[in-house]
Amino acid sequence: MFEYVWLIPLFPLIGVVINGLLGKKIKNETVIGGIGSLMVFGSFLVSCGILIELLSRSAEERVFEKVLFTWIKSGNFNAEIGFLIDPLSALMIMVVTGVGFLIHVYSIGYMHGEEGFYRYFTYLNLFTFSMLLLVLGNNLLLMFVGWEGVGLCSYLLIGYYFHKKSAGDAGKKAFVMNRVGDFGFLLGLFTLYWYLGQNHNVWTINFRQLAANAHLLPVGGVVTVITLCFFLGATGKSAQLPLYTWLPDAMEGPTPVSALIHAATMVTAGVYMIGRLNFVYIRSHETMMVVAIVGAATAIFAASIGTAQNDIKRVLAYSTVSQLGFMFLAMGVGAFTAGIFHLMTHAFFKACLFLGSGSVIHSMHHALHHAHSHDDPQDMRNMGGLKKQMPITFLTFLVSTIAIAGIPGFSGFFSKDEILWQAFANPLHGDLNIILWATGAIAAGFTAFYMFRLVFMTFFGECRIMEKAKSHLHESPLVITFPLMVLGLLAIVGGYVGIPKLIGELFGGIPNYLEHYLEPVFKGSEEFMAQQLAHGVAHHSPALEWGLMGTSVVIALIGISIAFFLYVVSPSIPAKFTAAFPALHRAVYNKWYVDELYDFLFVNPCKALGNGLWKGFDVVVVDGVVNGVAAIVKGFGGALRNIQTGYVHNYALTMTLGVVVIVAFYLFR
Amino acid sequence: MSQFPLISVMTFLPLLGVVLLFFVPKQSHSAQRGLALLVALATFVVSLPIVTGFQSNAEFQFVEKVPWIAAGPFQMNYHVAIDGISIWLVILTTFIMPIAILSTWTAVENKVKEYMICLLLLEVGMLGAFVSLDLFLFYIFWEVMLIPMYFIIGIWGGKNKIYAAVKFFIYTMVGSLLMLIALVVLYFKGGAGDFSVLRFYDLALDPATQTWLFLAFALAFAIKVPMFPLHTWLPDAHTEAPTAGSVILAAVLLKMGTYGFVRFAMPLFPDATAQFTPLIAVLSVIGIVYAALVAMVQEDVKKLVAYSSVAHLGYVMLGVFALNQQGLSGGMLQMLNHGVSTGALFLIVGFIYERRHTRLITDFGGLAKQMPIFATIFMIVTLSSIGLPGTNGFVGEFLILIGSYESELRWYAVIGTSGVILAAVYMLWMFQRVMFGELNNPKNQTLTDLNAREIVIMLPLLVLIFVMGVYPTPFIDKMSPSLEKLIVHVKSKQTAKAQIPQIPAPQALPAAVLPVEHK
Repeated sequence: MFEYVWLIPLFPLIGVVINGLLGKKIKNETVIGGIGSLMVFGSFLVSCGILIELLSRSAEERVFEKVLFTWIKSGNFNAEIGFLIDPLSALMIMVVTGVGFLIHVYSIGYMHGEEGFYRYFTYLNLFTFSMLLLVLGNNLLLMFVGWEGVGLCSYLLIGYYFHKKSAGDAGKKAFVMNRVGDFGFLLGLFTLYWYLGQNHNVWTINFRQLAANAHLLPVGGVVTVITLCFFLGATGKSAQLPLYTWLPDAMEGPTPVSALIHAATMVTAGVYMIGRLNFVYIRSHETMMVVAIVGAATAIFAASIGTAQNDIKRVLAYSTVSQLGFMFLAMGVGAFTAGIFHLMTHAFFKACLFLGSGSVIHSMHHALHHAHSHDDPQDMRNMGGLKKQMPITFLTFLVSTIAIAGIPGFSGFFSKDEILWQAFANPLHGDLNIILWATGAIAAGFTAFYMFRLVFMTFFGECRIMEKAKSHLHESPLVITFPLMVLGLLAIVGGYVGIPKLIGELFGGIPNYLEHYLEPVFKGSEEFMAQQLAHGVAHHSPALEWGLMGTSVVIALIGISIAFFLYVVSPSIPAKFTAAFPALHRAVYNKWYVDELYDFLFVNPCKALGNGLWKGFDVVVVDGVVNGVAAIVKGFGGALRNIQTGYVHNYALTMTLGVVVIVAFYLFR
Repeated sequence: MSQFPLISVMTFLPLLGVVLLFFVPKQSHSAQRGLALLVALATFVVSLPIVTGFQSNAEFQFVEKVPWIAAGPFQMNYHVAIDGISIWLVILTTFIMPIAILSTWTAVENKVKEYMICLLLLEVGMLGAFVSLDLFLFYIFWEVMLIPMYFIIGIWGGKNKIYAAVKFFIYTMVGSLLMLIALVVLYFKGGAGDFSVLRFYDLALDPATQTWLFLAFALAFAIKVPMFPLHTWLPDAHTEAPTAGSVILAAVLLKMGTYGFVRFAMPLFPDATAQFTPLIAVLSVIGIVYAALVAMVQEDVKKLVAYSSVAHLGYVMLGVFALNQQGLSGGMLQMLNHGVSTGALFLIVGFIYERRHTRLITDFGGLAKQMPIFATIFMIVTLSSIGLPGTNGFVGEFLILIGSYESELRWYAVIGTSGVILAAVYMLWMFQRVMFGELNNPKNQTLTDLNAREIVIMLPLLVLIFVMGVYPTPFIDKMSPSLEKLIVHVKSKQTAKAQIPQIPAPQALPAAVLPVEHK
């Protein structure tokens, strides 16, 4: 099966070609959507086959490379088009094609009747193709191809409703912010390639060869530079501080896009990249610390903004930024497995949440449309009490919310608790541990609060939509609810592949399957870490682990209770609160004014500089000199004035001048 | 001279077209257009055996050498050949000409015959310049090439054509004269013999002479490239020239400058090359950033594209002067890529200009709705221009950056890399303002999508964008041996660097950040 890995990206590419070239003629939505979905399903089947074969092999034989052809070869530089299968990429292709397929199906219902339906599916397939390249690429450059490719699709899909200025702006912002990150990615690639080549004559960007030669890299020093450059790339793609501002704006795109690209897959690329390069990252303690701090800071910062948003999708967007922060926190403390684990569970419950919000918006939009109202269908203040009309959406949404809040038994609990525990127990960052853990725990509390605030505002209480529209609210069709149900189920059970040892022992020694599965990928780094810290590894008692677990559950429950109190028991309090602290509310509501700050610091100065250089230097200085010369020439000869009529004359002039110079040289030599 | 004179046939075939055009009646415009197109297509077909027959080695191939002028001490030969450095530029020229002729099929209605004659003469000049191995012959072709261009701008240009043409003329004259003087000096330094550039390669010139001669050659070439701060003729020339003029200017004429560096300035003056590398790197990097910033605030689409050219050529120069395999291959590749992508961009600007007779960004908006095919093509070309992986632009840019990063130009590469951000900003912002948003200008609501002729023009360029992006190997393989030979030649002829005062490179960051270990 491994030999056929190239089929996985090929299927969606076929979809791109068919729908891109013929979609306009096909017109039939079922055919277009069917082709798009089936292609991804094909990839999913091949991925399943690969996972099965991988599991049937022994741990040492779970790595496989399939090279198709040489892409760029120049001097000692060589980049192939080739695919790498290992436990990490096999897991990722399952998530990408599995969740991707469900979202494709969902889109058939959600995008029904949209202008440019074929365009949508072309982009969505193109995205899947790029994401699979990113995940499967056997070298850094091919990963970069996917890396930029998903950025492009993100740009195209955010700007899908291109006639809206806000959509165009958001798309451009996403692309440019991502490019800032790509700048870092490229520099990281250059430095890594150059350093190993220059000093050890290992000229490669192939992942396996890099891993095999990782011991040649120093600890710290240049590796810190390399990893920080790559991390800049990750902050762009995965919307971390300081490059996160594009993601909330990206909600301008259709909702399934938000689910697929801006929650489940693309934005996790940064986490995946660190996982892929774990053997480099582990060699820089400084970078690991930066990653952990940025992750924790983003987690709490974005969560704080999420508490004050009224647009249902924006809440989820900030939630995504915050959850990605948790993943980076995990990577930064060396808990790679935990980070990838959370990536997976997050893909399930966040995709479900976004699709659920899409279902709500879909229904709201219809109802408001029938009532000829211009109210915003995404504003939670217009919703309320929807659980009656939309039971399936409500139930799946609730399950996923419980999962993200970290209530025991649901997937998010296992992965998030693992991260928090590792943040506390890891031996890498000394006394910083407590702060990292506390930040994460508080952010988790915020998460529980704003997510339940969302649920209560949307599904509970009085229905605040106008009376005329109320009767038009209805549950979405099966094509939409089916993916919701599957993802909702995964949001519950998805976490049982990674049960912590502590709990596993309680139930008769259930192993942590995921940790075991990913061991071949991260073993080297873990051994390196243990070796570096041979003397300083602290052993924590099970009592402490139980205690921390209990604490985080209690914090989550407090968050939920506050939300319940504020938005169900006495909904008048939030308004009073905002009235009491207007400045604070304004600041949070306006996202701490970060966009305005960036405009002030970067965007406006760049424009001013461009204008200044153009009108100042080009026009005044350089052209001043040139036009001065022109004036002198004109003054002397006057021949240049009659270009249009006397062109033969000028032609002769040029040639004569040339000849004169030659002859002069010959004569006066 | 036993073999078929392929190069001469190709080079002078357009001249045959010129002669034939004289016999076409003045009024039958379509016959004139058809004839010119036919000749250009024939030239392209004739040039194809060069690719198929080219052996991937460092030798000059298809050589033709006959004595030409012997006047006093001067011995000029008609000496033409192709190697890995010129092969793709020649093909680019023959490839782009039919497209250029088609591009102004309907737009130019005034003096069609003269216009076509100018275009075909231009092709002779360009091809001749790329294949000449005799410096004097090169100079002749160089001049032959400039004059038709000057007329194309001055006669068939836009509102400000006179100003633009004069500016083009002044810049060009300065460059040509300096080169001519340097050429003559070089000849006398070389002792008795011919003007063969191969002979001059082997001269051992003292560093001082090299410095002066390099400066003269480099100035002529730098104007053509154009390098900052000699670039201000370009936005005007591009803006005023008819579409075909802009396309040829961008696709081929600018490459004459970069080609000049690779073929002449660098191998002829190795010591001076080493001496001036930091300066050229500085100017290239300034060009990349400066042009991008200025492009960002342009109100005229065509001017914006012109400034983007300056930035792209900045990359080419950076890669070429990295003087290693990746940098040079990347530079050469980027010359082709720029020809394809920027040529395509000028065609695109031409399409909307022909429809609306304006190029101001603010006059547009929302065109994507009205012109979906145009929108798709424009998008692909835009992405190619900003170097998205999978398109041609990426491969060249990447090789340039990694090549210069490996060389002594590391910090310039870092700054150059930041250009990828700026390129995205100015291109996408322009695209957004022209194509996205509401279609609220009534004049835009009646626009028609591309017609068959326009799609046919764009199709080969689109194919190349993807082919060169996904499978650049054949392009790189054909040029690699010649580039390797060039690198060895220049580096081996550089005398002990200690004797040459190096222009100090600015240290962008303290060395402590990046430990450089030379072993």
